[in-house]
Amino acid sequence: MGVQRIFALVGLCALAGTSLASFASAGEIAPGDVKIVDGALETPLTDKAGDPANGKQAFTDRKAGNCLACHVVTELQDSYLFHGEVGPPLDGVADVYSAAELRARIVNPKTDLPDTIMPAFYRTTGYNRSAGKFDGKTILTAQQVEDVVAYLLTLKE
Amino acid sequence: MKKFISITSIVALLCAGGYAAAELADGYTKVDPPNAEHPLDELISGYQFRKEGTQATQDDDFENPGMLLLDQAMDQWSVAEGSEGKACSDCHSDDPLESMQGVGSTYPKFTEEGDHRAFRNIENQINHCRTERMGAKPWKYDKPDMLGMTILVRHADRGEPVNVAIDGDAESYFERGKEMYYTRYGQLDMACSHCHEDNYGNYIRADHLSQGQTNGFPTYRLKWQGVGSVHRRFKGCMKNIRAEPYKVGEEDFLSLELYTSWRGQGLPIETPAVRN
Ligand code: HEC
Ligand code: HEC
Repeated sequence: MGVQRIFALVGLCALAGTSLASFASAGEIAPGDVKIVDGALETPLTDKAGDPANGKQAFTDRKAGNCLACHVVTELQDSYLFHGEVGPPLDGVADVYSAAELRARIVNPKTDLPDTIMPAFYRTTGYNRSAGKFDGKTILTAQQVEDVVAYLLTLKE
Repeated sequence: MKKFISITSIVALLCAGGYAAAELADGYTKVDPPNAEHPLDELISGYQFRKEGTQATQDDDFENPGMLLLDQAMDQWSVAEGSEGKACSDCHSDDPLESMQGVGSTYPKFTEEGDHRAFRNIENQINHCRTERMGAKPWKYDKPDMLGMTILVRHADRGEPVNVAIDGDAESYFERGKEMYYTRYGQLDMACSHCHEDNYGNYIRADHLSQGQTNGFPTYRLKWQGVGSVHRRFKGCMKNIRAEPYKVGEEDFLSLELYTSWRGQGLPIETPAVRN
């Protein structure tokens, strides 16, 4: 797939240990090196398998994915108030999409849907007037993307 | 939604008390667009998307916190200030709500003012009067004096349709505002149109998205615990999508103000509206 892995930034990882990752850690694919092909991203962004519990956290947290802003997930309705209705409900989404397709959708939905309102969660370029502290950063870290994918894969009907 | 029967009596009462503001027409929250090229099929006031309690606060002039600033501005109207020792009432008439009729609904626009022809919103026009005619200090954006006087000017046209001109010199501002409205901004990479054109009526988390109309501004917002200008609201929306906002009172937001006003052309003015 021509995807490059970045191993060189080990020393800088400590600095990147916030929810706003500006560069890739060891074993991560950097945002600029991601290649979505036919709506899919086969290679995981990290070496560490996604964790569905952490993914659920990133999915619901307003300061992380805040996916609930736009999507209803019925199984989360008891624990989390206010599910948005801007995007389709994600119940059963794992029956429809593969891990690679879900990963691509989260990393950058605009490669397939140029007009979509859904943000690209793992991209650092192409923004217009991005506010200072977010400039050059991704919304989710590479690991969070993998975690969210793992969580979505639990949504079967 | 249309519970203005009860309001009529309040309005009547207020009129007797000196507030000669236009009455709100029944069902005033929804109108047809001005022409077939307009991007929306129907123009709906933000009022329609708010909860009943919020609407009720707006409907009752005694409960509406924005009315306090109106009261202060009514007093300020006849206070002489600056090197010329003049008050608003020296150039206009003693009754502000009467002399300002037909004014607030037409801004932003070009105003002449001698050599100083420029595209202005109400705030900028007020400051122009202060500095050029009164020799007084300009008021700061979004501070009580400025908000109050802006409310006064708009309130004189309460119930009157938004009526901005987009032709002639204003056209370049209109085009710039339109371009901004459809431009993606910030890390969340969204345009105004994504939320207020494609998704009005939908909830985005806990927020019920409206058409982003400006007919209620300056508006009392529960979240602000105070009144704010339309430019403050633009700034808030840009910050929410993690964008660097433009400067209040300046050309970009003036253009956006003209364009968004036109998107609500014909909607009755509600100033001071109440929102959450
Ligand atoms: C601001 C709105 C918004 C946010 C935030 C958002 N999405 Fe979406 N999402 C959409 C929309 C709208 C669509 C449908 C595609 C379209 O029409 O643009 C969509 C589609 C999807 C789909 C495909 C669903 C299907 O049935 O086709 C998945 C999966 C998805 N989103 C996951 C996520 C995840 C995970 C997050 C958070 C990390 C997220 N979305 C955040 C708006 C959003
Ligand atoms: C992520 C979604 C989103 C985007 C993008 C967005 N807004 Fe908003 N806007 C909101 C929400 C939520 C509110 C509060 C509820 C409502 O009135 O829609 C709001 C309110 C407003 C209001 C107040 C409406 C009223 O009745 O008081 C205006 C005006 C407005 N927006 C204009 C804009 C403009 C102009 C832009 C682009 C610079 C913009 N918005 C971008 C979500 C958004």
